[in-house]
Amino acid sequence: MKDLLFIREVLIPPLLEGLAVTIKLIFFSIPFGLLAGMIIATGRVYGNRMISFLCRAYVIVFKGTPLLMLLFLIYFGLPSLGISFQPFTAAVIGFVICNGAYNSEYIRGALLSVRTGQLMAAEALGMTRGQAVINIILPQAMRRALPGISNEIIYLIKYSSLAYMLTCIELTGAGKIVASRYFKFTLVFLVVGVFYLCLVTIAGRILGFLEKKLQIPGLIK
Amino acid sequence: MAGEIILKVRDIHKSYGSTEVLRGISFDVQKGETKVFIGSSGTGKSTLLRCINQLTVPDRGQVWLHGEEVTHSGKEINRLRQKIGMVFQNFNLFDHLTARKNVEVALIKVRKMNRKEAGDKAMEELVRVGLEDKADLYPAELSGGQAQRVSIARALAMDPDVMLFDEPTSALDPELTGEVLQVMKDLAQNGMTMLVVTHEMGFACSVANEIIFMEKGEILESGSPSELICNPRYDRTKQFLNKLGELYGDIGRQR
Amino acid sequence: MNDTITLIFKALPFILQGTFVTLKIVAGALLVGFICGLALAVGQVYGRPFLSGSVAFYVWFFRGLPNLVLLFLFYYGLFPLMGLDVSAFFIAVTALGLRSSAYQSQLFRGCIQSLGEGQMMAARSLGMTRPQAVWNIILPQALRISLPGWSNEYPILLTDSAVTYAIGVMEILTRGNLVVSRTYQPMPIYMTCALIFIIMNYGGMKMLHLLERRLQIPGFGRGEH
Repeated sequence: MKDLLFIREVLIPPLLEGLAVTIKLIFFSIPFGLLAGMIIATGRVYGNRMISFLCRAYVIVFKGTPLLMLLFLIYFGLPSLGISFQPFTAAVIGFVICNGAYNSEYIRGALLSVRTGQLMAAEALGMTRGQAVINIILPQAMRRALPGISNEIIYLIKYSSLAYMLTCIELTGAGKIVASRYFKFTLVFLVVGVFYLCLVTIAGRILGFLEKKLQIPGLIK
Repeated sequence: MAGEIILKVRDIHKSYGSTEVLRGISFDVQKGETKVFIGSSGTGKSTLLRCINQLTVPDRGQVWLHGEEVTHSGKEINRLRQKIGMVFQNFNLFDHLTARKNVEVALIKVRKMNRKEAGDKAMEELVRVGLEDKADLYPAELSGGQAQRVSIARALAMDPDVMLFDEPTSALDPELTGEVLQVMKDLAQNGMTMLVVTHEMGFACSVANEIIFMEKGEILESGSPSELICNPRYDRTKQFLNKLGELYGDIGRQR
Repeated sequence: MNDTITLIFKALPFILQGTFVTLKIVAGALLVGFICGLALAVGQVYGRPFLSGSVAFYVWFFRGLPNLVLLFLFYYGLFPLMGLDVSAFFIAVTALGLRSSAYQSQLFRGCIQSLGEGQMMAARSLGMTRPQAVWNIILPQALRISLPGWSNEYPILLTDSAVTYAIGVMEILTRGNLVVSRTYQPMPIYMTCALIFIIMNYGGMKMLHLLERRLQIPGFGRGEH
């Protein structure tokens, strides 16, 4: 009973504030992560040797670097070179770089699976290569890559908790502060966990709906 | 032929949801006898075979092997199943094991034979189906006919009293069915007791002691090949045989 | 420039000791995840409805929580609550391992189900008990099919292991941060740490691919006949 009161009166208000930050982190990161993924994937598939190599190196480097490592590099490392960010901005930049690397793998696979005839047909109509890729290939490829991208968005929601390590007080951070002050770690982190479970489950539903909505009739896979 | 009755099947019923697949099947099997089950697809022939070794548990009815009840046998079922060999339409060879290991595995794990003994026995069975030179190949490296012969060897290795064949040649290309049927013929001639679901009427006519025609989960009629084929009692049987004739060529000639 | 190189070389032995800790966390979590994941998958596929329902809940729970929250929950919450005084390293392996088991179980489940019913039926028809059939026939095949998917767990756990910095495990990142706090040279140190991770990631994947090729069976993985 006392616990319930504690949850309602003490815990929930700061958690809701933290949740708002978490959601903002995610919403800022998703579109840029997608864009980064598209650019890198396109560069890898259609770019010349140099570009293709650079994009591949990007993927190896940023898939190989732990996200937390990357965040430290951006937030604590870059200021020594004279570039500094607010915790929130630093976190979003880190998420976008990392998310872009993972997204690009799915998009690349999807690009390669779009039949070559599509590109030829577009070029035969007088489109430039760039126009053909943007107007014809990418819209098809993005649909195919969507299940993978959905997965990465779910990961993004969970990894957004790492922003706390840069002192950006989001959901996990808000919980940690309350837990430390009242010394109720198990309870607080279970409630925080429920928040994440809800976020992830809801996001999963929405993304599943989106996948169905964007399906091209009659085109399987 | 009035030999010892080794398998008794009584009043087997089985439904899936609201569809009754088997509606009271009974028959006896004598030692050394071959019974062939025919009938259009979906009449429960395969389900019947699976009910005999309890891979599918019937809703009602009993099966006895040598006077011992197979249905409701609890843990004993694993011992009884060794005595009832089964050959599947899709072979179901264990894809991660070579031909020889496929035959060995149950000998080692179930019969607790040592490896040497099991290996020898496995080779013996592979020789019996003419595949001693394929012993070390994996299932994916075998032709369909060879794979099915390995699966027959696998079942034979357990020294079964009865063999169940569930459409053993339906998944094979026509030119590969002959080798499998030949192995089955040899088995029958050597006195193996066999229950066979098949559409191969040539095989049925030359090997079966009795052909059983099933329709809608029941035995419509049964008899020796000459009785059933030359003189079917029901129109339905006649129709079915005619259709088979159209599909697979004239039965009389094959005889 | 020379100062930087000297700094890196002075710090390197200390940081490299962290690679062993990182590798131990990854290996430990992979093992815990493998054993629990396999058991969970078998339970989910062959268990009674209550059991498979519980497994589904377990998977939903551990896949839905961020690593950081899980680590905090175990480190500050559950283990002290149970009166267990265990090392941060142990908690890291447990938390990452249980989380990995949730992912691995779904991989194994998919592989078991892809085998189809025929293999089980054939095994049972020879007189094997259900556990015998699962152990001798189903699992050896399912594990082989799962290997390519399974190697994906390695890079995931490797990068996730850095999060254990939050509870003070002396892995690569924690050591890097200690050096930074003493030298005030974040860039070169962090870059060095990142490079170590990248090499471990890339090298490990290459080795796993080699292993995959070693364990291949002719024609295996092409699915059912």
